[in-house]
Amino acid sequence: MSDKQPAVTQATLVKKAAPKSDYKPADVSPQRRVQRTFAVRLWSVRHSRLLEWFYGRFADVFLLLHPLWKGIGYGRVEAPVKFIEKRVKGFMFDCRMCGQCVLSSTGMSCPMNCPKQLRNGPCGGVRANGNCEVEPDMPCVWVKAWEGSRNMVHGDNILTVQKPVDQSLRETSAWLRVTAQAAAARETPQNPGASA
Amino acid sequence: MTAHQRDENPAGIHLPLDPLPGHSSRGRLERVLRRGEFAVTTELNPPDSADPEDVYNRAKIFDGWVDAINAVDASGANCHMSSVGICALLTRMGYAPIMQIACRDKNRIAIQGDVLGGAAMGVANMLCLTGDGVQAGDQPGAKPVFDLDSMSLLETIRIMRDNGKFLSGRKLTTPPQVFLGAAVNPFAPPYDFRPIHLGKKIAAGAQFIQTQYCFDVPMFRTFMQKARDLGHTERVFILCGVGPLASAKTAKWIRSNVPGIHIPDAIIKRLEGAQDQKKEGKQLCIDIINEVKEIPGVSGIHVMAYRQEEYVAEIVDESGVLKGRQPWKREIRRDDQMVADRLDHILHDEITETQVDMVKTAH
Repeated sequence: MSDKQPAVTQATLVKKAAPKSDYKPADVSPQRRVQRTFAVRLWSVRHSRLLEWFYGRFADVFLLLHPLWKGIGYGRVEAPVKFIEKRVKGFMFDCRMCGQCVLSSTGMSCPMNCPKQLRNGPCGGVRANGNCEVEPDMPCVWVKAWEGSRNMVHGDNILTVQKPVDQSLRETSAWLRVTAQAAAARETPQNPGASA
Repeated sequence: MTAHQRDENPAGIHLPLDPLPGHSSRGRLERVLRRGEFAVTTELNPPDSADPEDVYNRAKIFDGWVDAINAVDASGANCHMSSVGICALLTRMGYAPIMQIACRDKNRIAIQGDVLGGAAMGVANMLCLTGDGVQAGDQPGAKPVFDLDSMSLLETIRIMRDNGKFLSGRKLTTPPQVFLGAAVNPFAPPYDFRPIHLGKKIAAGAQFIQTQYCFDVPMFRTFMQKARDLGHTERVFILCGVGPLASAKTAKWIRSNVPGIHIPDAIIKRLEGAQDQKKEGKQLCIDIINEVKEIPGVSGIHVMAYRQEEYVAEIVDESGVLKGRQPWKREIRRDDQMVADRLDHILHDEITETQVDMVKTAH
């Protein structure tokens, strides 16, 4: 819970005390320097139901291709698939390649775009206009996630408590992982616990 | 010269209480809440010093008025004495601290270590927070960690306590016995998600909740209504966050500068119209307490009086929430008192005691 703070915050004092220089980088967080606009991301959230349907079909196709992936070797297809996945999801959702995609549980709003990378819901700092505490001109990822999830068929997946991110899976293909896990689950139907 | 108080271990104030069935901790706060008493908690303003006396002096103000004291973990992302350090000092003196853990500064390795360390020192309550962003504090250049979020932190500690395991699955020889808390802000969007989000926190392991500052009682009432409809209030103790506003100017500043605190115009108008704004701020806080304590499902209040700690006792007293009950208070133990009396006698009473006199008084 945040305290009340004195009229001039420490952050302001620190900023003022910084040495003067001609080069002034844009006064935003490093994350915003990578990503300047949110138009496509917000489109994806508005069309979460369509994307959910599309993602379902897409996952089926990938699963059908499981023998092919297995034939070539998952390790070998990883690089090209990741190349495409990174660009497609990067364009659509501003994907951060955490490697363990939860878009279907977060209303098609990528939670890794939250400056605090929260995967289980909004923090208490959301502004009254629905914008982020850290990035005042960015709509809160979780406000959007909640809106997006209300349009989806399986929108209540947002209620699942997500495990912490496994940082060792960063920059890997979530598509291939999910496919391999689904294939493994299909091959051992007696064990429902193995499904992903 | 008193007999030991309720919720105190007779063998020493710093020792954990006897385990009770159905309790997950051996602390005082859980006992108070489970007995159905209206609980009062507060926040200790963490010192920017290495002097333990600073902590003791700041805790002394709350003596006999609160059931537990929050040891904040660099709130507002400003550097202060750590919550672990404050807890170490407070538990030594018999206080019941609520150790706050913010995900901003520590990764899962450090956090799980601190949970064990805290529990070993006798910390019975832990509050899992996400933490403010680093941009808000005095070290905006720090690396924001956020390895876990408040939800996965709750689940991590619950697994450590109930399954006796680290996140990795490695076994603990003695699991930490803690009462788990979480924070909720009913006053920030997405409003309709907030009660559901509370349910998620309960599922992750939250047993008590401290809310953000409540200045908008109707809004809080709506939130509580939804929480009751979802059955949350039967599974969690909700402590409503309250606090005095120093003046209308402060209130305006907080409203525009501190994210997540919602102050309606009516409150500011009321403060502006008052002769003594500080006094009115205190009265406003008492009025809010009197309203929220009647809301079904509210089990207590969390008084956050940053830099106005001296008012906590008055606020609690004047609102009458304790109904005559006195929370645990640090008192001089009987043996300490005897030593003090004896020393006083030797040093200040002008007498020369002979062995013969001492034998006489000994019988």
